[in-house]
Amino acid sequence: MAVPKRKTSRSNTRSRRANWKALPAVLTTCPRCSKPTPPHQACPSCGMYKGRHFAEAERTEHQA
Amino acid sequence: MPTPSKGPRLGGGPAHERLLLAGLATSLFEHDRITTTEAKAKRLRPLAERLVTFAKRGDLHARRRVLTVVRDKSVVHRLFTEVAPDMAQREGGYTRIVKIGPRKGDNAPMAVIELVREPLSAKKATVKEAESATRRAAADKKKADEAKPAAAPAAEVEATEVDDATVTPAEVQDAPTQDAPVQDAEVDDAPAKATD
Ligand SMILES: [Zn+2]
Repeated sequence: MAVPKRKTSRSNTRSRRANWKALPAVLTTCPRCSKPTPPHQACPSCGMYKGRHFAEAERTEHQA
Repeated sequence: MPTPSKGPRLGGGPAHERLLLAGLATSLFEHDRITTTEAKAKRLRPLAERLVTFAKRGDLHARRRVLTVVRDKSVVHRLFTEVAPDMAQREGGYTRIVKIGPRKGDNAPMAVIELVREPLSAKKATVKEAESATRRAAADKKKADEAKPAAAPAAEVEATEVDDATVTPAEVQDAPTQDAPVQDAEVDDAPAKATD
């Protein structure tokens, strides 16, 4: 079985982890309630998507 | 016809996937709309639409084909007697999937899959139909705009007439199998007239 010959240095570990970056969530504005909402998804605040209402999509502040 | 899916099955194996999808299809036809994960909804759609196509055919053979997937007779009865007539005008696209936010426990992307049971004419009110109508209007240029409102009611009358003629599936169960393609042809003509 292949095993590492050398301990990975702190420098290498940290420079590797420095590239783990969180991306900002992609959001659009809901045409109905004008709150931020993910694109191609029913709006979490009013539940509307393309003129139809989906109660299952609605989230309160605590659920989000 | 659904394309066979490549890659790993849902659940543990092929049999598990069959059972999962059968359960989802049963729930969908029982409740008209179900909330499930996006992956399951996407896999369910081709199966459910195929079952609706069988339901529209409406004969005994089609009913038995559906019963191999949906084991619940009362659900199959509901599919054939209540859902299928609503789909008579529609050529495919019997289900609608809308994505909703991720699930709390495991952050899985969730979706609502529902049967599209509203009549085809009411669809004009929605945004998509309005967009396609404006696109068509732009293609026909300005004069077509005046002709279109006159043509639309006529097309709807034709569609309803065809609908009345074809809703006699229960009586022709014992008839030879050649009847089924003929019926399908009539049903296929109707939306084509309506959209023109
Ligand atoms: Zn909204």
